[in-house]
Amino acid sequence: MSDKTRIDEPTGTELVGHEWDGIEELNTPLPRWWLWTFYATIAWAAVYVVLYPAWPMVEKATDGVLGWSSRGELAEELSAADLARQSTFERIAATDITKLPADPELLGQAISGGASAFKQHCVQCHGAGAAGYEQFGYPNLNDDDWIWGGDLEAIQYTLTHGIRWEGSDETRLSYMPAFGEIFDQGQIDALVAHVKSLSGTGPGSAAGAELFETNCAACHNSSGSGDRIQGAPALNDAIWLYGDSEASIRQQIKAPRHGVMPGWSDKLDPVTIKMLAAYVHSRGGGEYAGEANDEVAPDLEADDVAAVSGSAENDNS
Amino acid sequence: MTTPDNLEKTGDNKPVGRDWGGALNASEAEPLAATQRHAPSQPSPKLYEARKQVHNKRIDGPFRRFKWAIMIVTLAIYYVTPWIRWDRGPYAPDQAVLIDLANRRFYMFDIEIWPHEFYFVAGLLIMAGIGLFLVTSAVGRAWCGYACPQTVWTDLFQHVDRFIDGDRNARMRLDKAPWTASKIARRGGKWTIYLLIAMVTGGAWILYFADAPTLFRDFFTLNADPVAYMTVAVLTGTTFWLGGFMREQVCIYMCPWPRIQGAMLDEKSLIVTYKDWRGEERGSLKKAKKNPAKYGDCIDCRECVSVCPTGIDIREGQQIGCITCGLCIDACDRIMKDVGRPRGLIDYATLDQCEAEAAGAPAQPAYKALLRPRTFIYFGVWAAIGAGLLFSLGTRTHTDLTVSPERNPPFMLMKDGSVRNAFTLRLRNMEARPRDMQVALVGLPEGSVMWTDRIGREAAAPTQTILVPADQTRIVRTYVSVPAGTTTDAFSFELTSLDEQRERDVEETIFTLPGAE
Repeated sequence: MSDKTRIDEPTGTELVGHEWDGIEELNTPLPRWWLWTFYATIAWAAVYVVLYPAWPMVEKATDGVLGWSSRGELAEELSAADLARQSTFERIAATDITKLPADPELLGQAISGGASAFKQHCVQCHGAGAAGYEQFGYPNLNDDDWIWGGDLEAIQYTLTHGIRWEGSDETRLSYMPAFGEIFDQGQIDALVAHVKSLSGTGPGSAAGAELFETNCAACHNSSGSGDRIQGAPALNDAIWLYGDSEASIRQQIKAPRHGVMPGWSDKLDPVTIKMLAAYVHSRGGGEYAGEANDEVAPDLEADDVAAVSGSAENDNS
Repeated sequence: MTTPDNLEKTGDNKPVGRDWGGALNASEAEPLAATQRHAPSQPSPKLYEARKQVHNKRIDGPFRRFKWAIMIVTLAIYYVTPWIRWDRGPYAPDQAVLIDLANRRFYMFDIEIWPHEFYFVAGLLIMAGIGLFLVTSAVGRAWCGYACPQTVWTDLFQHVDRFIDGDRNARMRLDKAPWTASKIARRGGKWTIYLLIAMVTGGAWILYFADAPTLFRDFFTLNADPVAYMTVAVLTGTTFWLGGFMREQVCIYMCPWPRIQGAMLDEKSLIVTYKDWRGEERGSLKKAKKNPAKYGDCIDCRECVSVCPTGIDIREGQQIGCITCGLCIDACDRIMKDVGRPRGLIDYATLDQCEAEAAGAPAQPAYKALLRPRTFIYFGVWAAIGAGLLFSLGTRTHTDLTVSPERNPPFMLMKDGSVRNAFTLRLRNMEARPRDMQVALVGLPEGSVMWTDRIGREAAAPTQTILVPADQTRIVRTYVSVPAGTTTDAFSFELTSLDEQRERDVEETIFTLPGAE
């Protein structure tokens, strides 16, 4: 305590009493303005406690006079964001889905909106990358193989009404008979060999071809190209819903699995479904209506310069 | 006025200089031995210290004029720069210096910096840092004394004080005077001018971040962004407070730089010093006439203290409050001239030089302090970074390609057995005009093609031409498809600008094949 009274002569300042190797610490007085700044922070805190939620109570903190809360602010921001999106939603609602590609900016916004809706409603089965799960028969949406059609309108229809979904009378419906009790083991082996040969991955079988022609070609076509109207998958390509192994093909002939996709008309609004269709279409395998009639896709490149001003297409980094 | 007004009043004034201690002259300080018991007669030490208002006196001289010149140049640079126009063609702003945060571009005359080139800005900051070391090594705390914004604006506000309230003595009298109507009017007028200066200061700042004429008009028609008003309000407040009232306390209490400089100064650094071997023992002219042998050159007129903008007494030695502005040199030189003694009792000198002079060596010109290895090393490092930046600035291309493969799904089998990968390409066109750019696949087998979201698969080809708008990055989702049976997995995208520059950028990447995920 006696150190308190010691004064450093050159500076006239009192010493704290700490000494390190002969160097002593001065108790330099704080500047007065610092003290005022400190008082100002106390005053600020007092005002803050009144204005904003502050004192923790049993359930929640005291409400401030301003009535501000972080949740309230979030709700406000969300509704503001909804309001900002409103005009885009209205434009998408007013645009027929086949006309969307003619407006690249709107299409871009629909794809972005669809991407976020996809994350919420579709990834559970189709996966985050929309690649599906072969072991469950959840189809891959990135490829160019479509059982029910891959243009915007067809995708929108599938999304709205589902596949084999009880909720809609207009659902996509197809059932393949189980051939396990109709054919014997040898016949099924021959059929498997023929089906493999359709995509050029097996030597084929004359007996199988005969069986295919009489039992399968009505739906799958003689060439195995399938029929989208009936929802009969193409068998002559590299893509297999349940896998391309002989065992898988054999199982599908004996006791076909029939996947179900719910229609979304009762859960999602038409604009969201339209945006989802645009997103799925954009994953790289989308077709354009009438492509089979050699109608060309719209010349999008011409609209590029206008489109890149849209935020979905562009950043500045 | 040939005689300083308090020349003959030696000893009458109470010392107003701060006792900042830290006197480095070992002869003056006897550290621990100099402590003493707190005598009852001494006032009890205070926890808080009230500010001693600095009323620095007007002075004229070479350093004051230099300070004026620097002040005019720095303020002119600050206020004029945003208004300089610079033609960059129709696709880029025509403001010479523009920090376009919204579009993430930094323009400085012919140079345009993109966010991915931020290393230029980092390099400039490093140069600024080493530049401060360099300046400190060469001329001590010259930054503090002349160029620091706090110094420049404090100086400006002190001129306002002088203009409204008169010089030192008048201001001191007014400070003590009761709050009469005239004092209130003077204070009100002075603070209004402070506020105007502060508003102009804050106002000019925002002009660097948007088109100056447009923002200027919008600001006064209340159409500018709220951020602009808030920025101006905050900067007006800080300028008003820091320049009008805090002043030297910012240097002494708040700013880290004096402390850093304290660590960087050595015995060869140029500082403002009082040559005590010449000045001591201090005594008035009358006393010195009576006893010339006893007294030194310092007549203890306290002119050096009166003119000091931070209110210190330089005769106490080097101290944190000294910003080395040289005004005390101007003041002392004038007094020395008046009393017929040689100039330079207070002068720029190094501690080494002081020691040599004290031992009888002749005074050296100040520029000699510049020539030492430390200064050259700092300059070398500083110049090397500058040269490196200039070199990379001169050789950078205005085209850039980055490729990110899509990872989910990593590959896609198509109906015909071909394998498709998706990539996100970022095509940067850093020229202020739209450019066609060709993207080509290099290193993939025959039959490999690419297309994009906008160029449909029916137009798939090994090369594609994409229009990139002026001064923008175009993000293109690209699909690359290789024929069935391909085993090559490493390949590159090659970007070529289809103009006379033919700028190229090659980006290597990986093609994911089935079974390789």
